Amino acid sequence: MMTLVYLMINGLQIGSIYSLVALGYSMVYGIVKLVNFAHGDVIMVGAYTTWYLVSRFSVPAWIAALVSVAVCSVLGMLIEKIAYKPLRKSGRLSLLVTAIGVSLLLQNAMQLLFSANPRMFTNIFTGTMTIGERQFSNATAATIAVSVVIMAGLTLLVKKTKIGKAMRTVSEDNETAQLMGINVNHTISFTFALGSGLAAVGAVFYCCSYSQIQPTMGSMLGLKAFVAAVLGGIGSLPGAMTGGLCIGIAESLTKGYVSSQLTDAVVFGILIVVLLVKPSGIFGRPHNEKV
Amino acid sequence: MLKVENMNVYYGSIHAVKNVSFEVAQGEIVTLIGANGAGKSTILKTVSGLLRSKGGKISFMGEDISSYETYKLAQKGLSHVPEGRRIFQQLVVEENLEMGGYIQTKEKNKDTVQDVYRHFPRVKERKRQIAGTLSGGEQQMLALGRSMMCLPRLVMMDEPSMGLAPVLVQQIFDIIRELNKAGVTILLVEQNARMALSVAHRGYVLETGKIAMQADAKDLLNNNEVKKAYLGG
Ligand SMILES: Nc1ncnc2c1ncn2[C@@H]1O[C@H](COP(=O)(O)OP(=O)(O)O)[C@@H](O)[C@H]1O
Ligand SMILES: [Mg+2]
Repeated sequence: MMTLVYLMINGLQIGSIYSLVALGYSMVYGIVKLVNFAHGDVIMVGAYTTWYLVSRFSVPAWIAALVSVAVCSVLGMLIEKIAYKPLRKSGRLSLLVTAIGVSLLLQNAMQLLFSANPRMFTNIFTGTMTIGERQFSNATAATIAVSVVIMAGLTLLVKKTKIGKAMRTVSEDNETAQLMGINVNHTISFTFALGSGLAAVGAVFYCCSYSQIQPTMGSMLGLKAFVAAVLGGIGSLPGAMTGGLCIGIAESLTKGYVSSQLTDAVVFGILIVVLLVKPSGIFGRPHNEKV
Repeated sequence: MLKVENMNVYYGSIHAVKNVSFEVAQGEIVTLIGANGAGKSTILKTVSGLLRSKGGKISFMGEDISSYETYKLAQKGLSHVPEGRRIFQQLVVEENLEMGGYIQTKEKNKDTVQDVYRHFPRVKERKRQIAGTLSGGEQQMLALGRSMMCLPRLVMMDEPSMGLAPVLVQQIFDIIRELNKAGVTILLVEQNARMALSVAHRGYVLETGKIAMQADAKDLLNNNEVKKAYLGG
């Protein structure tokens, strides 16, 4: 029984990270109908930024984390402005291919800068705590706690604030939103900044538990978070949060009870089942797909 | 107040709006009638900057707005109720109105909402409901209410009577008259020519992208050609 609890705690930890990343996929998909394949690589940039600041300049970890949130937000906005905005009217396929291009560009640029060798990432949250008879690192608690706070804040932002409401209206009907006087370009930029900032937070926590970074690290993490977004219902924020936690827990349980070799298979198995059984996901709205 | 000169709009090689010019003066209700596909919606979208005219000029309150971005027009006092209502289905009714007043201050919106509720008691009854669950007539009222929220000088309405039962159509046109009495200038696009001409001061008849006729609404109602083509004999 206690094993189950421990596995759930670990699942919540990695699941929170997936949720943070999945939120970015979902928000961006909601507003520009694009699966932003470069999103995973923004995580990687966040991880390298934190690592670089801590290991080269001995910047205090929490400052490094904040800086990488800022760096990723700006990067996300720039990617949208430079790569996606000019293609906004050119159809989804061109956008998708461009996103893959941006992803490769970021990976290769990082290899050029820091080589393809993995780098060691020292845990920011040192120390451990004991739950039952097992020890958990403080990183686990911090990941879960901070993620909960961020997700609550994000929910409030989207529900209550002016920019949050603008995001929802632009997602639903871009043209009519403009007729209301909403600057769609600003709203889209803000969404990219927000999603990328969340990815950076996810990056820092990811590094705390896996302690190793490399230029291609974003691919798998990004892909799994994308599965989480699809599971929850892409475009839906509660969906992204729930989907992330489900994937994290599924992974952890597979590791604990079956085999750690099988975790990826289980995650992508979930994707296949979702696509077969309920393609719109847990919180998805099948009827609102625009023509 | 609004002046359109030589508007030409293309969809690829389709020339949808051909050298159209018209004018709406302060305080007027002007209607643009024409069959399905005549180019009415295209004209409104072009005034709103969602589409662009090749050449020509669009001026509003004396200002050339031909190249303005859409979102700036609400600020100028130009409101557009799009065809098919296009309310925000996933937001609650209240939030739809709030978005209509996006460019206004919170305090202003508080007052205007009361105005809207006075015109549309049905909308008030449903203010906490998800807008997508409203009936067609209620959605149209919400769409009109939403457009009032930005305190517009000119409202362009694209087929507000579309798909509504006759009682509701009558109600919508009554409200258009009330709005106009309250000082709002109106450009009304309609296929329901009889209703539109009965409420309007002046009218333009649009045929396959061209203005075919323009006159006082009364005269158009009595015009034999118009009767035959648009008023069912
Ligand atoms: N998005 C579009 N792409 C191509 N042709 C269009 C498009 N929208 C409208 N049209 C064409 O332009 C003409 C005018 O359409 P529209 O302005 O919608 O007419 P109305 O509002 O008077 O019914 C029609 O022939 C229509 O088929
Ligand atoms: Mg039309």
